Amino acid sequence: MTTEPEELLRAMVRIRAVEEGLADVYREEQEMRTPVHFSIGQEATAVGVCAAMRRSDLVYSGHRCHAQYLAKGGDLTAMVAELYGRETGCSGGRGGSVHLVDLEAGFGASSAILGEMISVGTGAAWASAVAGRDDVAATFFGDGAAEEGVFHESLNFAALRRVPVVFVCENNGYSLSSPLSSRQPAGNSITRWADRYGMPGVRVDGNDVFGVYAAATEAVRWCREGRGPYFLELTTYRWREHVGPNWDYDRDHRSKAEVDSWIARCPITRATEELRERVPGIDRARAQWETESREELAKAIAVAKASPFPAVETLLSGAYED
Amino acid sequence: MRMLKYSEAIGEATVQCMEADPTILVAGQSVDDHKGIYGTTTAAMRRFGASRVLDIPNCENAFAGIAVGAASQGLRPLVVHTRDDFMFLAMDGILNVAAKWRYMYGNKGGVPVVMRGVVGHGWGQGATHSQSLHSVFGHFPGLHVVTPASPADAKGLLVTALQGDTPVVIIENRGLYEVEGEVPEGPVGVPIGRGRIVREGTDVTIVAASLMVREAERAASALAALQGVSAEVVDVRSIRPLDEDLICASVAKTGHLVVADTSWARYGLSAEVAAVVAERAFDSLRAPVRRVTPPDSPAPVSWPLEEAFNPNADAVARAALEVLGLRGRVAVGEDELARGFVGPY
Ligand SMILES: Cc1ncc(C[n+]2csc(CCOP(=O)(O)OP(=O)(O)O)c2C)c(N)n1
Repeated sequence: MTTEPEELLRAMVRIRAVEEGLADVYREEQEMRTPVHFSIGQEATAVGVCAAMRRSDLVYSGHRCHAQYLAKGGDLTAMVAELYGRETGCSGGRGGSVHLVDLEAGFGASSAILGEMISVGTGAAWASAVAGRDDVAATFFGDGAAEEGVFHESLNFAALRRVPVVFVCENNGYSLSSPLSSRQPAGNSITRWADRYGMPGVRVDGNDVFGVYAAATEAVRWCREGRGPYFLELTTYRWREHVGPNWDYDRDHRSKAEVDSWIARCPITRATEELRERVPGIDRARAQWETESREELAKAIAVAKASPFPAVETLLSGAYED
Repeated sequence: MRMLKYSEAIGEATVQCMEADPTILVAGQSVDDHKGIYGTTTAAMRRFGASRVLDIPNCENAFAGIAVGAASQGLRPLVVHTRDDFMFLAMDGILNVAAKWRYMYGNKGGVPVVMRGVVGHGWGQGATHSQSLHSVFGHFPGLHVVTPASPADAKGLLVTALQGDTPVVIIENRGLYEVEGEVPEGPVGVPIGRGRIVREGTDVTIVAASLMVREAERAASALAALQGVSAEVVDVRSIRPLDEDLICASVAKTGHLVVADTSWARYGLSAEVAAVVAERAFDSLRAPVRRVTPPDSPAPVSWPLEEAFNPNADAVARAALEVLGLRGRVAVGEDELARGFVGPY
């Protein structure tokens, strides 16, 4: 099963349009009353990896999770309703932007405490192997989460038990406002941890969706064949502020020039340029996809707003089995 | 006396203590940036720079132990967690090491580690970013646990913590950061383990901690104005040690007790206060105790649920009327200043 290059571009365009649209509405209306972390600029990582997986494979993620959820086929309407805190949200309005789930699409869970889903994704993949299935799991996390102890404990366990999990580190160079250089020693390589724990690991340009897709295809094949875990470090960059809809350059930790240099390396622009010669009419198609995605988002927002809030009487429901 | 915001009071205490004691270091994720943990570390960063205000990796687990080790050898780390929920990752270092250090190693000295944890409040912080953990920490002998409710106490309790020899957990509520109050200029400590009568009254005692002290005060004003009820508000200020004498003396006077807290009722501060009163002042009680706490579920994001989840002044007033056997109603309304996080964010 392979994904056509145009489909990779299309998926990125859709996620970008959705997130940019959500950011505007979030800021202007202030009706999505929950913290949101946008992946704008990082779309190639989620799209490249998820395209290499099948529907029954599972994906886990951290706080910055809209892109993986959508790339894995998560229901857009349910995600938007969750941001609006509605009963029809993917987590019933209980979880918010950082607690997405769509089991039918193989999006297992996301969560907001750093590193949690590294271990949970490992456990889910382990269960698949124990049950004799060949479904694999991928768990996404940032360079910041890779500093937590749970990262190391999970890699060790996965390697020991040959767990079919793809560890996907989205290295965007920052944790909140802290650059990598203030958090990890000079010369450190996150990918090298894979080596130490005895699993294959590659570092890939995370703004090159075709490169990510190729690497992830190999990683998923490796896991599916029962050969154990696999590690991908994908270098990329977050354009917007850590949490929220705005830009944050020229506060004190990163300059507009730095952000601009990454905008110049936009994964969508890059994929479009690479496809231009091979695929006639790609620019027109891209514009079309953008328009469609905006319409799709507008519809999802309208549905969310028309949906009821959870009834206050249901406040306790879900804490235990009903 | 001049007025400071709660957040400014924390910042001022930090700077003054660091000036007096060169062994104090501030450490936490992004404590050095322009936001400065809601403005609480900005002044220290400006004054002392990155050599004493340290941005650390995401390593709550190890750093709890690192702080203990450093404290055992002469440093005084002030560790800052932007959410107290992240301290779950640090529990081994805090509870198995710091809390037990003095006792377990034969009383040869304590480890003066001070840990600040901020409780997220407002704007759908949700299940893992708005939990109040003071009751959890309060369970463990060897720790001091404080919950400042006013700017003066935010400063005074931090000063005392940074001067003592016992590990201290300070739980701050984000909803209090904008609150202003009179704060002494100098680095004057507030004793840990002594509560405070916020408002005197004769009919009912409302014992509260942190953000709920504000709610209790608002409830008390409304009760007085609308129902002629005289409520006494007791701010515990410290969860451990707990000022049992102050609480029991108040209940002896009023005969009625409401406990208001942002941590859950089960095994929480409100349970402890009720137990203390049952043990020591049972004969004074003229009615069963009422607790005002979040309901027994994780915190929801959806705002109508979030509003229903957070205990507030209305619920406190209702409970006070109930224990007094009064029927009426008291609508207090929302506290604009203590909303905590607001959008867009
Ligand atoms: C255990 C824990 N510590 C701290 C935080 C606060 N926090 C939330 S996101 C974040 C930065 C994470 O950086 P990274 O993992 O690189 O992901 P990115 O935000 O760059 O996508 C931090 C420190 C948290 N959520 N959980």
